[in-house]
Amino acid sequence: MEEAIQGTHLEELKPPVTSVGVIGWVKNNLFNGWFNSILTIVILFFLWKTVPFLFRWAFIDSVWHTPGQGCREAAGACWSIISTNFRFIIFGFFPYEQQWRPLLAMMILFGLLFYSRDRNHWKKPLGYAWIMGLFTMGLLMKGGLFGLTPVESTQWGGLPLTLLLSVFGLTAAYPLGVLLALGRQSKMPALKLLCILYIELIRGVPLISLLFMSSIIFPLFLPEGITINKILRAQVAIILFTAAYIAEVVRGGLQGMSRGQYEAAESMGLNYYLTMRLVILPQALKIVIPPTVSILISAFKDTSLVVIIALFDLLKTTQSVLSNPEWMGFSREAYIFIAILYFLGCFSMSNYSRKLEKELSRGD
Amino acid sequence: MNKGLSKDTENRSSDEAMIEIIDMHKWFGDFHVLQGINLTVQKKERIVVCGPSGSGKSTLIRCINRLEEHQRGRIIVDGIELTNNIKNIEKIRAEVGIVFQHFNLFPHLTIVENLTLGPIWARKVPKAEAEETAMYFLDKVHIPEQAKKYPGQLSGGQQQRVAIARSLCMNPKVMLFDEPTSALDPEMIKEVLDVMIELAQEGMTMIVVSHEMGFAKSVAHRVLFMDFGQIVEGNTPEEFFENPQNERTKLFLSQILH
Ligand SMILES: Nc1ncnc2c1ncn2[C@@H]1O[C@H](COP(=O)(O)OP(=O)(O)OP(=O)(O)O)[C@@H](O)[C@H]1O
Ligand SMILES: [Mg+2]
Repeated sequence: MEEAIQGTHLEELKPPVTSVGVIGWVKNNLFNGWFNSILTIVILFFLWKTVPFLFRWAFIDSVWHTPGQGCREAAGACWSIISTNFRFIIFGFFPYEQQWRPLLAMMILFGLLFYSRDRNHWKKPLGYAWIMGLFTMGLLMKGGLFGLTPVESTQWGGLPLTLLLSVFGLTAAYPLGVLLALGRQSKMPALKLLCILYIELIRGVPLISLLFMSSIIFPLFLPEGITINKILRAQVAIILFTAAYIAEVVRGGLQGMSRGQYEAAESMGLNYYLTMRLVILPQALKIVIPPTVSILISAFKDTSLVVIIALFDLLKTTQSVLSNPEWMGFSREAYIFIAILYFLGCFSMSNYSRKLEKELSRGD
Repeated sequence: MNKGLSKDTENRSSDEAMIEIIDMHKWFGDFHVLQGINLTVQKKERIVVCGPSGSGKSTLIRCINRLEEHQRGRIIVDGIELTNNIKNIEKIRAEVGIVFQHFNLFPHLTIVENLTLGPIWARKVPKAEAEETAMYFLDKVHIPEQAKKYPGQLSGGQQQRVAIARSLCMNPKVMLFDEPTSALDPEMIKEVLDVMIELAQEGMTMIVVSHEMGFAKSVAHRVLFMDFGQIVEGNTPEEFFENPQNERTKLFLSQILH
């Protein structure tokens, strides 16, 4: 008898079925109130009209391994454009038999990036690993030593070029931006003015015109016979451009620091360099991780602007495939593929930044 | 609470000045904040400074370790004159510890890292030794168990005690306190004052800006009253509180003591 009473008692304590589980979730999130219910129905209708069609197009009616002609007969997506031209899209004009070299270089790069994700690995050996890795990657791309055929940098293209421009562009722009931000806060008027001028000038100009200037105007100022590698010039333009934006974001972070932090460090006898490195920057840079990552992500995507100075980055190699009569008209598939690659890059950046932020916010 | 706290004058070497301030002036722009400060602090002497808001108390003690620069007169700490010579500034900062109203701990570092940052980087003390010192002083301020936490996880009173320990790790000869308890909830004031009293018992030279009259009475050798950038009156706590000479001091005391 007692037990029975207790039993019913416990049952009463459980939440009603309608507020938990799938039904509860649906009720709470999709159908709470008439406005949300209508919205849910409209969206469901829209998805019902589009998703099956897209799925059919991409996976059922699609062709994966036919020549261009087969594609024209298929009702769905023509992924053959990717599979047939894969190596050209990825490696551009790099000599066909040598393409293992940029592949290996990219694998080294990804390996290093992956290993560097963990902040516990940020020690001296990692620095040496990066130096070794950079040297090896350079050697693989350029050749000319150890029996590797030399490959002119004019033949570099595709994904390795995009990665080169963005990874080195971003890693060089970040410290430069931090230095510019510090310079802009400096008590030395000349340095301060210089930094302000630089930042404001660069921010007042679109990246496209900087790239044009680097490829067309800049060589005019060089003495006869001296040329600077075109990739390097584009790289420098990207670095200079991105650094100005980073600088402004970092300045915002520096302004958020209270005077007390500087004073505490100063009265402990830390000099300017140590105060910045140990006290101010770790806090200021952490605050501005989200806007910094936005800038880095957009800089990554902006590297595709180098097509206008005829560098064959990932986007340009794809476009050249599209200008081949055999594959003309399949731009949808090609651009979807490229978009996925860019998305993977951007998504891992923003993912990593979130992880970093979480790790660094233990103190708050 | 002040058991064993001796205020005998022979306990401090009155012939040796720790800090000498001679006709010191400071302006913020056109605003004459400090108007001719004369003050000599003996070794082991403890001074409490009070006065209305804006009278220049903070500015005065901040001038002593060059967080603010004075424009006229002289400041001499332990025989070293405070000039624009960066070496002298460094030497003086090495002898003077300061505790701020708002603690100013480094929020991104653990307590122990807060305490060892200065010794390791500014003094080149080996890490293990710096950590040992840090634990010794955390023990002294009664919070050794918090060593691995971050400042944000501590109460205000605990944070201020960490700030005191952080200054002590630099092995200073003088400690400056700028209203160390005025940002604290009432129930935490005592734990901080107790730590300061223990410090006084060990013979630390101290200048404390504070309106804690109980603390002033039990610890200070001298209480100074500042108003409009001047030291208006200075006397032993007994005389200062029982028998103030200056009209403004009387008014001020009547306000804070009700
Ligand atoms: N950096 C500064 N620039 C300009 N004026 C300042 C600056 N710092 C302080 N002052 C002014 O100098 C005067 C004295 O300030 P100070 O902080 O020394 O006063 P205080 O006696 O400590 O007051 P409180 O009890 O409010 O802390 C105030 O009028 C203040 O507004
Ligand atoms: Mg003050």
